Amino acid sequence: MCRIGAIKSRKYLHPSKALKLMRSQQKGHDNSGFAMVMQDLGGVFENYKDLPILSLACTDEGMRIADNILHEAGFVRIMQWAPETHPREWLKIEPMPNYIFLVLQYPKSYKYASKEEKEELLVDIRLKIRKALEVNDEGFVYSFWPDVLTLKEIGDPTDIGEYFGLWEENDELRAKIITAQCRQNTNYDIVRYAAHPFFLQGYTALANGENTFYEKNRDFQKKLYKGYIGFESDSQCFLYTLHYVHKILKWPLMYYKHVITPLPFEEIELREDREVLKKIRASLAHLEINGPNTIIGVLPDGTVFTCCDSKKLRPVVVGYTDDTAIITSEVTGINEILPDRDWEQDIYPNEREMVVINNDLEVQRWQQ
Amino acid sequence: MATMRVNELAKDDLFWQIEYKHDRCTLCGRCVAACPFKAIEARVERRRKVISDDITPNPKVIFQTVPVIKQVVDEYNFCRGCGICEKVCPNDAIRPVRNPDHRFQAKYRSVTGDPFKRGGRNNLVTSARTLDKIKIGRISQMTDPSLDAQRHTFDLLAPFGRVLPPQEIPFEIKDGKLVERENTPPVRWIYPIIIGDMSIGALSWRMWEALAIATAYLNEEAGIPIRMCSGEGGVPVRLLKSRYLKYMILQIASGHFGWNRIINAMPDMVEDPAGILIKIGQGAKPGDGGLLQAKKVAKHIQEIRGVPKADLLSPPNHQGLYSIEESVQKMFLSFNAAFKFRVPVAIKVAASATSVSVYNNLLRDPYNIVGGFFLDGIDGGTGAAHEISLDHTGHPIVSKLRDCYLAAVHQGKQGQIPLWAAGGMGKGWNLAADAFKMICLGANGIFTGKLMLQLAGCVGNDNGKCNACNTGLCPVGICTQNPVLVKRLDIDKVAENIVNYFLSVDHELKKLMAPIGNSSLPVGRSDALIATDKAVADRLKIQYAC
Repeated sequence: MCRIGAIKSRKYLHPSKALKLMRSQQKGHDNSGFAMVMQDLGGVFENYKDLPILSLACTDEGMRIADNILHEAGFVRIMQWAPETHPREWLKIEPMPNYIFLVLQYPKSYKYASKEEKEELLVDIRLKIRKALEVNDEGFVYSFWPDVLTLKEIGDPTDIGEYFGLWEENDELRAKIITAQCRQNTNYDIVRYAAHPFFLQGYTALANGENTFYEKNRDFQKKLYKGYIGFESDSQCFLYTLHYVHKILKWPLMYYKHVITPLPFEEIELREDREVLKKIRASLAHLEINGPNTIIGVLPDGTVFTCCDSKKLRPVVVGYTDDTAIITSEVTGINEILPDRDWEQDIYPNEREMVVINNDLEVQRWQQ
Repeated sequence: MATMRVNELAKDDLFWQIEYKHDRCTLCGRCVAACPFKAIEARVERRRKVISDDITPNPKVIFQTVPVIKQVVDEYNFCRGCGICEKVCPNDAIRPVRNPDHRFQAKYRSVTGDPFKRGGRNNLVTSARTLDKIKIGRISQMTDPSLDAQRHTFDLLAPFGRVLPPQEIPFEIKDGKLVERENTPPVRWIYPIIIGDMSIGALSWRMWEALAIATAYLNEEAGIPIRMCSGEGGVPVRLLKSRYLKYMILQIASGHFGWNRIINAMPDMVEDPAGILIKIGQGAKPGDGGLLQAKKVAKHIQEIRGVPKADLLSPPNHQGLYSIEESVQKMFLSFNAAFKFRVPVAIKVAASATSVSVYNNLLRDPYNIVGGFFLDGIDGGTGAAHEISLDHTGHPIVSKLRDCYLAAVHQGKQGQIPLWAAGGMGKGWNLAADAFKMICLGANGIFTGKLMLQLAGCVGNDNGKCNACNTGLCPVGICTQNPVLVKRLDIDKVAENIVNYFLSVDHELKKLMAPIGNSSLPVGRSDALIATDKAVADRLKIQYAC
C-alpha cells in the first residue's frame, strides 16, 4: 500500500516538510523512492511565475537533446537551477547524472497566442523531449509547466533527501503546495515515470491503491488526448480522468467523483439530477475505478482535494491549521508537521465525500 | 436365399432404436399415447413357444399371437430419442437407445428429396467450448481486497440504448451543476442477461407465457430487472396494452410478422416497450430466414400474425435494405420515430466474418440512432432450421464478440453501442460464468434462449436427442401448438424454474465479481481472465496460464 501526502500552505514551505510527512508514515519497504511535485513556487523561482519550468533528470546527452528541441521550438532559456547534490558512497540511491530545472521564455511566435495554445505547446514539447530521450535512455522529463517543479528518484527516501540536501531547510527551494510519495510502484517495473505524483497541464494526482479497472481506463484514455501516454502505473489513469473531466470536458470538479465512483443506481434514482448522473455513468463507464483507492489531486488554480473509492478501502486524513492544510494517508504524518493543530478538526473523509481545500485554505466537505 | 430389399429403410438405419422388454410390459399403452412422433405403435407378433403340460416332460410347440410395442421404421415418423416413452413407462419396459451406426440423414434425403430439418442445436460438438478454456484468474487478495458477496452492494446493470460520448451530451453548467439542454437517445439500465428472442409461434403459447410471467416476477418481486425479447411474430394484444410491456423487447424481423398488431395497439399502450430489436440474422441459421412450418401455425398464431395456415418463411434479409447505412436511415429512424424516440432500437445479427465491419459502420453512424448490437453465435437458436445450416454455417461467438469490442476500443468508442452477445450461453449449465467471461471480454451483457427451454423441461441435447422443434410435436409442450402436447407443460412450474435459476445466477454473478474486487460490471476487463489454451489466449488477447 502506498502512502501519499499533500501540503498546502499560505506560506512558502521547504520540501523537507514533505519528506518528514512521508517518513513518519514509512512501513516495511517504503524505501524504494521519493517523488514530489511542487506548485506555486517560491525561492529561486518566485520571480518567474508565468514562465514554464522544465523538470528534467538526464544524462549529458539527454541535456543536449532537450536543449536542441527547445531551441528549435523557439524557447529561450531565462534561468537554470539545479539542486546541489551530495554524493556519498553509502547512499542507497540510483541518481541520474543531471537534475535540471529550466525556466524558459515562450517562443516569440507565441507572443499573442492564447492560453490554450501555449498549454498545448508545452504538452507537445514535453512529449517530444520525452520521446527523444527514450530512444537511448537518456533521461526523463516530468513536467513542463509554469510554476511547477517535479523531482522523482529511485532509492531510500532518507538518502535521496541527503543526496539533494532536502533535509536542510533553505531559501532556494520553496513552494506553497507540495505533493509527495515515498515509494516506487510495485505493480510493474520500477520506472521513474511510474512514481506518484503524476502531472499533466497543471493537474497533479497521487493515489494510494489498486486500480482494478486499469485496463478499461487505459484503453479508453489512450484515444482521448495526446498527453495520455505512458501508463507506467495504473494510478496515472486517475490523473488523466481528472484532466479529462475538468480540463477537456470542463465539468465542475464535483463530477470527478461521479465519474470515477458513480453512485449505485438505487441512490441515483432518488436524486433530482438522476438523468445527468445516469448519462455520465453510461458515457464514461470506462473511466470508473473499482478497486481500493484514495486520490489526492491538485488543480491548476491551486485547489487541493481528496476523495476515495466507493467502498472506502484505503485510508486518508485531512488536518489543518489556519495557514497550512495537509491531506495524507495516515494521521501520524500530520502529527509530525502540525503537532499543535486542533486534532478534533481532523477529517477522515467517507466514501461519498470530497474534501476540497481552496486557495483561502478553506476546507470544504462536498457530499457526492 | 430369401429375397430382400436392401435399399429400404431398416431399424438399423435410424438414429434411435427402441429397446423393448416384452416380459416387463403390461401393455398399459402409455408410451404409445405419449409419443408425439408416432414412432412406436401397438402391434402383434407371432411367437413360437415350447410348452410342456404333462407330469413328465412332453415338449410341444405352439404358436401365439401376442400384442407388443414396436418401433415404426419410417422416414417421417421416426424416433427422436426424446425418451418420453421411458419417462411414462411404469415398468421400465421401453427406452430409446442411440444407434451409433445410423445412416438416417442419408436415407432421409435420398427418399424425401428434401433437406433434413431439426431443432436449433448444433450436433457436431467435438471439443470443449472456448468459454470452458477460460478461467477467472485474477483473484484479489492483498493488493486489492475482494469484496464480500453477501454484504457489499453490487451494481449489476448494463445499458441498452445509444450511449453518447461525453462531449456530445448536451450538458450546460448552471449554478455549478450540469443540466441537460435537450433530449438524448434513450438508455435503459437493465440486467446484463436478456431472455433471448423466441417467438410466440416457435414456442407454445404456454411456454411463452411462462417466460413472460417469470420476467414480470423477476422484475417486480425479485428486483432483477431482466428483459425478455418477444422474438419475431408478434405479441398478444392483451400484453401490448398491459403495463408489463415495459419488460418486453419487441422484435421485428425480415418477415415483419405481427407488427401490424403492434402498430395498431400503439395508441392503447400504457407503457413503452423496453426496446425494439431489429433482427437481421441469427446464429443458428445465419443467412437463413425464419422457418415456421404450417403445422405450427395454429389459430392464435394466425390471428396474431394475420396470416393463413401456411409455412411462414421470413426472408433471409430485410427486403429493401441493401446496406448498413440504409438500415440505419430507414429502419432505425422509422422505429425510433414510431415510439417518438423514447425507446431504444437495437439490431441483431448473426456473428460473421463481417460483423466487425457492420459494428464499425454503426459506431460511426452520425444519427446516434443504434441502441445496441446483438451478436448471435453459431450455438444460438431455438427454432427450426435446416441441418446443414445448424451444423455447418455460422461463426463462434467468443472471438467475434472480442473482435467487435477491440474494434470499438481501437476507435475509442467502446460502450457507445452496447454489445450483447449470445450463442451457447449457459450450454454448460452455468449461465453466470459464461455471462461473466463474456462481459470481461467486452460484452455489456448477454442473451440466452435455449437454456430457458431446458429449464422448462426440454429433453433435447446437443447429441441429437429429440431436436424436433421443427415438427410441431415437441414431446414436452415447449415448441408445439398442439393443444394436447402443450398441456404437458406446467406454466407455473416453468416460471418458477426460470425465476429460481435467475436468482441463483444473480447470486453467482456477485460471487464472481467479489473476488476480483468489482462492484460494477467488469466490461472489457480481460485482465481478469486467463486461458488454459494458448491458441485461445492469443486469439482473444488474454493471458495464457498453465
